[in-house]
Amino acid sequence: MTDLTLSQPRQGLPAWAGRLPVALLLAVAFGVVPFVGDQYLFDAILVPFLALSLAGVGLNLLTGYAGQVSLGSAAFMAVGAFASYNFILRIEGLPLLAGLALGGVTAAAVGLVFGLPSLRLKGFYLAVSTLAAQFFVQWALTKFDWFSNGNASGVITAPPLTVLGISFDSSVGRYLFSLIVVALLTLAAWRLTRSEIGRSFIAVRDRDVAASSLGISVLRVKLLAFAVSSFIVGVAGALWAFAYLRTVEPAGFDLDRSFQILFIVIIGGLASIRGAFLGAGFIVIFPLILSRLGQALLGDTFDSGVLENAQKIVVGGLIIAFLIAEPAGLSALVARLTRRNLN
Amino acid sequence: MSFRKTISRLALAAALLGGLGSVAAKADGEIYFPLQSYRVGPYAAGGTGFFGGFIDYLNLINERDGGVNGVKFVWDECETEYKVERGVECYERTRSTHQPAGPAAYNPLSVGIAYALIDRATSDKIPLITINHGRTDSTDGRVFPYVFPLQLNPWSEASATVNYIGQQLGGLDKLAGKKIAVLYHGSPYGKETIPIFDLLAKKYGFEVTQIEVPHPGNEQQAQWLTIRRLKPEYVVLRGWGVMNPVALKTAVKTGFPVDHIIGNVWSNSEEDVIPAGDAAKGYVSVTTHPSGTEFPVVKEIVEKVYGKGVGNLEDKGRIGSVYHNLGIVNGILNVEAVRIAQAHFGNRALTGEEVQWGFDHLVLDDKRIAELGATGLVQPLQVTCADHEGGGAVKFQQWDGKTWNVVSDWVASDRALLRPLIEQSAEAYAKEKGIQLRDCSAANPS
Repeated sequence: MTDLTLSQPRQGLPAWAGRLPVALLLAVAFGVVPFVGDQYLFDAILVPFLALSLAGVGLNLLTGYAGQVSLGSAAFMAVGAFASYNFILRIEGLPLLAGLALGGVTAAAVGLVFGLPSLRLKGFYLAVSTLAAQFFVQWALTKFDWFSNGNASGVITAPPLTVLGISFDSSVGRYLFSLIVVALLTLAAWRLTRSEIGRSFIAVRDRDVAASSLGISVLRVKLLAFAVSSFIVGVAGALWAFAYLRTVEPAGFDLDRSFQILFIVIIGGLASIRGAFLGAGFIVIFPLILSRLGQALLGDTFDSGVLENAQKIVVGGLIIAFLIAEPAGLSALVARLTRRNLN
Repeated sequence: MSFRKTISRLALAAALLGGLGSVAAKADGEIYFPLQSYRVGPYAAGGTGFFGGFIDYLNLINERDGGVNGVKFVWDECETEYKVERGVECYERTRSTHQPAGPAAYNPLSVGIAYALIDRATSDKIPLITINHGRTDSTDGRVFPYVFPLQLNPWSEASATVNYIGQQLGGLDKLAGKKIAVLYHGSPYGKETIPIFDLLAKKYGFEVTQIEVPHPGNEQQAQWLTIRRLKPEYVVLRGWGVMNPVALKTAVKTGFPVDHIIGNVWSNSEEDVIPAGDAAKGYVSVTTHPSGTEFPVVKEIVEKVYGKGVGNLEDKGRIGSVYHNLGIVNGILNVEAVRIAQAHFGNRALTGEEVQWGFDHLVLDDKRIAELGATGLVQPLQVTCADHEGGGAVKFQQWDGKTWNVVSDWVASDRALLRPLIEQSAEAYAKEKGIQLRDCSAANPS
């Protein structure tokens, strides 16, 4: 694991100064972006970015803070999406947000079950055992068509995004809806990491024997980490399904997606909330920029297959370069750059 | 001051992104097809062949006729890797370009992507073409005005396959008591026909076992051992990409006779059988169009498109292959829809809404097909406001180790059986989404 611990307040600066960039960012995201962005920016870039960032935040609680490696994130996303869908479908008049929350709770419950092996297994062995969640959930969702309301193809159509009679079914609406959900849950996750529970996560990660001798119940902390993380990942899955794709099939939550989220966390920076957003930016947005650049500059010369493979090489090379420059991830890289600039 | 530097970098990035949007916009007065192609990944063989054929046909019209009624075609490709979220991004990227007319139609060749685009394309009023595949109940044009599963929807394919097996056994009544196994790809595409096979089994009294092969399908030992235990008379293979040659090889390994495997319309290409080598000899599959280069339209493509060095396929040996010819057929249907719409709206670039009218009134009779040089390649088609499939018949072909030979006449599906189910499913969808049914009655001829 990394040697990151709780962040130190910067010397010579008042405490609020550290939070200024976040406040500025939120102000821009809420106050400026909705007025200047176009549909492409919202529907193809920002909404998937927000959903996967949230999944990254969720996994980071588990993997970065509590030290439990999971390869089942996509499964918990799928549980969140399908559970929300079914609650909204089957309970007449259930508000959308309640459906999302119930989807998250269901994901948390499933996360608890698949977190049980963590009491005995560690590291790679735990990662492999979380694969069981990945395969089981996908299998169950495909096998029993009750989950997709008997649809022949097993594809669900998203319910309309309406909260308290206000419709969010426009591109700006979907963006704002995702932004509000992501901001609130991220805030909660951030508070959690600075609470006693968050500290116990880190204690268990760094040395569980020492943690238990301090009176921390390792069992409780590990399961709590799985539950909280799965809740957030589940809500992210529902956002991905309802706000971004607007239809969802189990195959969309395959092992590739789990790896994608794990890479978001690793590249962004373990045990860093900011890292999840930076990582998602790199994994989601950067390839799109590259793909559009490639198409605009070389689209007439090469076919899309050649460009696509070239992009994969570029992204792969950059990942290696970034991790050599800063093994602790983009978050640490940004921290180093801003520190240097401030001095 | 580094903060300013950061800001200026951000501004530069934003300008770059914005600039890319305007680069993509080209002159109007052209008919634009955004292509959500896939040349990378496990399904690249289908993607390169199909989109290659589509592009070759559009090129032929541009090179030979100077476009359709003087309006040229333009297109660009956006790689999806057959992944839904990539397909959605490609759609969002292209949907508002090439104004004022905008995109003429989307042809994603992926059921997953098509599903995600149904709402979007309908509200943007751009036709969504899913030739030989797609969401079956989108055949009901009253509920899905903008979605067209042209030629053959999945349920028709299943029904025609069962009819063919009946023929082979000596009559549909001989199906009673027989066993059929369906091996399907673990995707929305593969699962689409599960209820229909169940229904047909009940109707004709055969026993059906449906077995899923998880995507991408490069390991099927367990599935074929199940089949061996089951000893079915026929296996219906609803595969896609790498799953198909693996199925044939595993079948031979487990001792199942290959000539009793019936491949569906996405398991019927040269790319599916050649990798299986000798194991594929005798394998039968559904097709809506034969392979081969003897059709005048394919000859013209070889002469006028590849002759000028603008052909899309890198490997010229694939010209006239099943996927390539399907791309050409798809090109013919799209171009004819544009032509029909132009006859109604005028010879100019058309909006998606106007092209939709063309698809809604798409009629291809034998005379027109002969004029297009596609006799035997395209089946006669009549799309109407209510019926967005238009055809529904298939032929069967057998692989002899070198080429596909057509071994049956047109085998029709039981459309009278399927239509009420399609309407029922579509109406349930309309109710769930609060869609007002389009009036397709005689008072509103279309």
